[in-house]
Amino acid sequence: MNFFIVSLIKTVIVVLVLLHVLAYLQWIERKVIAHVQLRVGPRRVGPHGLLQPLADVIKLLTKEDMLPSHVNTVFYFLAPFLAVMFAWISISVIPFGPIIKVGPVTTGMEITDLNIGVLFILGISGLGVYGVALAGWASNNKYSLMGGLRSSAQMISYELPMALAIAAPLLMLNTLSFRAMTDGQAGYYLGFIPRWTVFQGPFPQIISFILFMVAGFAETNRVPFDLPEAENELVAGFHTEYSSMKFAGFFMAEYANMITVSCVATLLFLGGWHPLWPAAYGSNFLPVVTFAISGLICFSHAANPARPFDRITLPVFGVLFLGLAALFLVPPLQLVLMPLFWFVSKVGAILFVFIWVRATLPRFRYDQLMGFAWTFMFPVALVNLLVTALAVALT
Amino acid sequence: MDSLLFLIFAAITVICAINLVVQTHPISSALSLIGVMGSLAVLYLLLGGEFIAAAQLVVYAGAIMVLFVFVIMLLNAGGERKKPRRLWPRYAGIPLLFLFLALMGYVGNRVLPPSGDVTFGSFVGGSAQEIGKRLFTVYLLPFEVTSVLILIAIVGAIVLARKEID
Repeated sequence: MNFFIVSLIKTVIVVLVLLHVLAYLQWIERKVIAHVQLRVGPRRVGPHGLLQPLADVIKLLTKEDMLPSHVNTVFYFLAPFLAVMFAWISISVIPFGPIIKVGPVTTGMEITDLNIGVLFILGISGLGVYGVALAGWASNNKYSLMGGLRSSAQMISYELPMALAIAAPLLMLNTLSFRAMTDGQAGYYLGFIPRWTVFQGPFPQIISFILFMVAGFAETNRVPFDLPEAENELVAGFHTEYSSMKFAGFFMAEYANMITVSCVATLLFLGGWHPLWPAAYGSNFLPVVTFAISGLICFSHAANPARPFDRITLPVFGVLFLGLAALFLVPPLQLVLMPLFWFVSKVGAILFVFIWVRATLPRFRYDQLMGFAWTFMFPVALVNLLVTALAVALT
Repeated sequence: MDSLLFLIFAAITVICAINLVVQTHPISSALSLIGVMGSLAVLYLLLGGEFIAAAQLVVYAGAIMVLFVFVIMLLNAGGERKKPRRLWPRYAGIPLLFLFLALMGYVGNRVLPPSGDVTFGSFVGGSAQEIGKRLFTVYLLPFEVTSVLILIAIVGAIVLARKEID
């Protein structure tokens, strides 16, 4: 029974955190793209637009829920549900940190640790196609159908190089469980080079990492692979006929998939929660210094505010940052927070790349997209896998 | 707990399988088949076949059924039209079905040797490592022969597709 209660608590925590991350990821995306394009982005609702996600949720919830007359009703409603469900299930096998002790309970920082974690993620991401494909078909609209077809073809094609790119580091780590995989990447060469699979001998997995990220962009339908919703060709692609919460479902699924891909990349290639340099050289003080500097910057800006409102909001953020810095100095909390800090910063860095690419790259043409998958990525992934296998066999 | 999960997912499998035959629209049937595949994967998992469950999910529910759905969508196949049936299959069908099932059960019981009771968690050789070891030691020849077979199928598919394009 203890197991059930602990799992329930962990699930609730993960779901709540994920919901907030999904909402704020969108705020971050809008802000980052705005700054790339020399705009300021959302800043009307709350200080620096921080309450914008809340306003968006209220808008989506209260919007009129349109049901077009020509759709296939059952599948039309089923599609966003499937998309969200499959996007969220995969989060359940991702560990966010090491095994911790909270009072009498010793538990890993994940919902569950499967022996076949990687295969599970591959299987669920394969099922994720149905949400998009069904949405396109059930909308009974030529643009939606084209979007759905493009999406299924694209996701099937890119699943192949993705699986091959995943297989290469697995050969070196010799396990399919995410927790064991991360344990295999602990330690350092020469005392300071981390043994992450991107650096680990006998064959550093940099090529696999790049292939995985490119395939990940395609699997999540992100720019430059967002052909299923290319607005200049297909209006809005597979979600043309969707409004209000059903549209929000697809939106949430896309962001949740982005987070899953980033987490898997972190765990497979970037050493999970293992720090970039050893604690002996002071990696434990990095978050303290970062947050303290952020807090001080807030205070210095509050001293001569650009807008009258900043006199109140910036000191609040300054205190929050300094409080976070102080939390990282408490020894028992440090054991929990340090791995989380490294995991979150690596995932955050990858998510930033997702947004950065969206802000800067143009979209592929459809034949280029398919040709790229089959004539470039697939052979490269295959050769990479063979070389890795040879290197592993020889050592 | 195991028995409860087994009953739930066995029921889902059977309901989806019946639904697959009863539905008139190909997309509904394809989705029911995905339901069958998915709940079969759970049943494998309950019996300890972790790798088989994952392979079932990746290969059948994921890759193959996506192709099915893709083709149905591409051809835009509509619902099938039902022809009015004759009177006697309508009334005799279900009793005959039960008779057939009873006969099958009886024959199976007589011919096949009784296997021991299956208990949940007693089978432990289902992990990816175990299956990999078996594939490359005991079942090496069948494994390699299958790969040649698949290669032939791929070449055949390309040859047939070429003929269509030219």
